[in-house]
Amino acid sequence: MQRTLCFLFLFFFSVLARAELTVEITQGVDEPTPVAVVPFSWSGVQALPEDVAKVVGDDLYRSGMFKIMPRENMLSFPSDRSSLYFRDWRISGSDFIVIGRISEAEGQLTVAFELYDILKEERILGEEIKANRTNLRAVGHYISDKVFEALTGVRGAFSTRIVYVTAKQLAPSKHRYRLMLADSDGHNPRTILESKEPIMSPAWSRDGSKLAYVSFESGRPAVYIQYLATGKREKVQSFRGLNGAPSWSPDGRQLALVLSKDGNPEIYVLDLQQRRLTRITHHFGIDTEPSWSPDGQSLIFTSDRGGQPQIYSIYLPTRDVTRLTFEGQYNARGRLTQDGRFLAMVHQSNGSFHIAVQDLRTGRVDLLTETFMDESPTIAPNGSIILYATQEGVRGVLSAVSLDGRVKFRLPSSDGDVREPAWSPFQ
Amino acid sequence: MRAMNIGKATALALTVVWAAGCSTTNTTDTDTMGSDTTAPATTTQAVSDSSMSGTTMADVKNLATVFYFDFDQTQVKPEAVAALRGHAKYLADNPSASVVLEGHADERGTREYNMALGERRAQAIARVLTVNGVSSSQIELVSFGEEKPVVMGHNESSWAQNRRVELKY
Repeated sequence: MQRTLCFLFLFFFSVLARAELTVEITQGVDEPTPVAVVPFSWSGVQALPEDVAKVVGDDLYRSGMFKIMPRENMLSFPSDRSSLYFRDWRISGSDFIVIGRISEAEGQLTVAFELYDILKEERILGEEIKANRTNLRAVGHYISDKVFEALTGVRGAFSTRIVYVTAKQLAPSKHRYRLMLADSDGHNPRTILESKEPIMSPAWSRDGSKLAYVSFESGRPAVYIQYLATGKREKVQSFRGLNGAPSWSPDGRQLALVLSKDGNPEIYVLDLQQRRLTRITHHFGIDTEPSWSPDGQSLIFTSDRGGQPQIYSIYLPTRDVTRLTFEGQYNARGRLTQDGRFLAMVHQSNGSFHIAVQDLRTGRVDLLTETFMDESPTIAPNGSIILYATQEGVRGVLSAVSLDGRVKFRLPSSDGDVREPAWSPFQ
Repeated sequence: MRAMNIGKATALALTVVWAAGCSTTNTTDTDTMGSDTTAPATTTQAVSDSSMSGTTMADVKNLATVFYFDFDQTQVKPEAVAALRGHAKYLADNPSASVVLEGHADERGTREYNMALGERRAQAIARVLTVNGVSSSQIELVSFGEEKPVVMGHNESSWAQNRRVELKY
């Protein structure tokens, strides 16, 4: 019964330059929109630490919906309307162009950008953003969000963040687990928690200020909440047996989770203010992986009550249970899009596990991935991309696919096993 | 593939020693998904019943402490029972002794579902112990799901070694 206390290190927001995830598009849309993102002019003296236009171009490219004109093919680098000759850019094949300029006054930077429709010779949008030398990547993501929304009608999610878990075997019986926070493009990885024992199931609060997760640091699973701004954390649930699968309610006041304190895995809802625990499911089968519907009225969850794992929904006011998935023998860990229409899940077919999406209105199921052991789907807050974990050789890596299956990219890492991504809400 | 396994799975279901008979996943007995027969057999040893006096740690130190399971299954295999009875006798004879049962799953399936599966397996082992006289207060169950594999490969022989319960004093 004796357990060695594991050492736990909190590296809150310590920026460690290592093993960033990089993005490789493996499949884009058939006819991506051609866009030119011209290097922004810089009127200052000392070189800037970031190439803002490159951040924007990379973001748009990563969406899979745009073809970005290589800089070496540009005949000029206009930075304002007066030096922009639409005819030249039309000949080069671009439909849209982003230009910008960065200036410095009294230590403060101003980044101005403009988006033009080359064919119509019209300005679509433009903005001036106050900045400093340390937040230029964030400014780039902000510009990407604006451009993406103007060109697609969908709110951009480039300014959001992701968390994920890494695992590395250091010696035969020595492991290192890390909970990592990064920008949505994999940059700026920071260790949020490091432990010798497994870390699982990270989940964002809807306001993006907190994470809930499962840590085995005490030798058994317990649910923790951690505040991102301060690094402060608390153990919120550690009954005998399972303490797992936390999911925040949309209003941030409740946490759904799985406990087996009564002998069987059941879904509970914990009121975080009053610390009151309410049991939601009552079934001798396995009930697990709860996730809230966007309206906060229902929980979806995985249950083997029908003999095999399938996804169900429980309407909280009446506790009515509805089975959602019927195709195949294994559907688990569902996540709903913000409009509540689509269900992303893990689906088994022919012995392999893939990410599938079910249209809850029509019942149609589409398999989105064909890699191996795909799991832990998490949906970008704009509903455009599903990030998930998969395997390459014996290594876990993150991959992503658009909800319509047209765009695919991977985020390879050189640092051990990467797993269990969770995409932040809009900030 | 599935049809071929039905016979094996059924045979297993018939021969398995049903410790307490309340597993809730037995509805899948004849419907195992890719269940295998290559799981390593636990090494079991006959336990001497001649010592009528209390058993000691020395009597259990050579018994198997890792017990394997079929895919998505939580039934204790028949070959595990002899060793478990040996552990049970020791624990029953030594009420102050206690044991941790660590349940594990292979990597297939989702992580939290596998946490539940690991706990189910630990519970199944615990039932064999309790029907053989061990007090439930002597037993602690911890599931690690698929988080602590002993073998890293993506093949049946690796998975078979990872679907297990480890008994630790």
